[in-house]
Amino acid sequence: MKYLDEYRDPALARTLLAQLRATATRPWRIMEVCGGQTHTLVRQGIDELLPAGIRMIHGPGCPVCVTPLEIIDKALAIASRPEVIFASFGDMLRVPGSRTSLAQLRAAGADVRVVYSPMDAVSLARADPDRQVVFFAVGFETTAPANAGAVLVAERLGVTNFSILVSHVLVPPALTAILEAEHCEVQAFLAAGHVCAVMGWTEYEPLAAKYQVPIVVTGFEPLDLLEGILMTVRQLEEGRAQVENQYARAVRRTGNGAAQDAIRRVFRVTDRTWRGVGPIPASGLRLAETYARFDADERFGTGDVHAVEEPRCIAGRILTGQSLPTDCSAYGTDCTPRNPLGAPMVSGEGTCAAFYCAGRRAARPVPVTDLTSVLNRR
Amino acid sequence: MCLGIPGRITQIRESDPFPIALVDYGGVRKDACLAYIPDAVIGEYVIVHVGFAIARVDEAEALRTLDVLRAMGDQVTQELGEPLR
Repeated sequence: MKYLDEYRDPALARTLLAQLRATATRPWRIMEVCGGQTHTLVRQGIDELLPAGIRMIHGPGCPVCVTPLEIIDKALAIASRPEVIFASFGDMLRVPGSRTSLAQLRAAGADVRVVYSPMDAVSLARADPDRQVVFFAVGFETTAPANAGAVLVAERLGVTNFSILVSHVLVPPALTAILEAEHCEVQAFLAAGHVCAVMGWTEYEPLAAKYQVPIVVTGFEPLDLLEGILMTVRQLEEGRAQVENQYARAVRRTGNGAAQDAIRRVFRVTDRTWRGVGPIPASGLRLAETYARFDADERFGTGDVHAVEEPRCIAGRILTGQSLPTDCSAYGTDCTPRNPLGAPMVSGEGTCAAFYCAGRRAARPVPVTDLTSVLNRR
Repeated sequence: MCLGIPGRITQIRESDPFPIALVDYGGVRKDACLAYIPDAVIGEYVIVHVGFAIARVDEAEALRTLDVLRAMGDQVTQELGEPLR
């Protein structure tokens, strides 16, 4: 229990782990969807403290990682224009596009600004009416209300030199795609607490019923994750498949209605390609027709972009839980947070970066002689 | 960008079209838009995502969460733009 003393309540963490050991009689595979949860699990070593057989599969819930390469390339094309101030959350800057990144463009003189909130981008536009301010509107349902809100503010204040490049993604369609995959290993989900703080969990109820998978809405702190895993394992052992809420201190079943209203007003559901995963029907948001004038893609006519993925990166297998970062030949050598080949190594929410920052080493390849002796022993 | 951070509302000012709160995250203070929790009052704790309050939380939980977030250092710095004190 090397990390347990760092928990806000180590005694409770030990109790939860003991209950988990007492409850689990069989192996189970549980996917945590949210990249923030992945980070906590790996950093705190929770996945290594679980009873043998309880395996956490790290899901695609890192918005930086799943933003399609084509849209990164569009961002780069727009940010290269001299009249543009390109504003973005900080973690998008080092994501590699086909040829360069926003950080490299900025170093070469492009006006790329890191902002904390899309509202800051609206303020930049109001302060500099002769420039075009473009905000990179990425993320899951957690950031969608903020991006919708910024558009509503810009509309209300008549800010015409503000637009957004939208690449929003939605969690429930991704869960459906994972469950529909031919070799789906996932038997239960920890749903992302903050996504559900916005959206509630009603969308997850039909998924739990149809695919007979337990789904537990879970927070991102170590104790939240332990409790969420325990609730999930209890359901699995009892043969139940329900939506339960571990994160009751912030999440209600119907979520935040005002935030959902703003999302519905500004955005429309659209098909979206997830980087590394592929196209998923009705899995994203685009601007509604009534707000098309805020669409940077239309304003700057970036059109079709031919994107080229780095061939050594196995992000797709990582994001769908089929491989671990330590399975990748480039992990920790050709690909590090300082020089990332793919998006999961960039973001604090990316699985590869989480593994790297926690000091997880690549598994040493088994020498041929050892392998022969293992085979002969059978 | 998905890491919501709880903070205490210390001021609220009317603004067009949505009220804006000054939120204290254990010493770091930043504006948060109250579009989605319009009836929030000074002294309440809210979870803020990229500049927008999206959920209420009680004080004890918020303070404990801030302690955990301090230990998560780098992720919070990326979110807030500066470390929690």
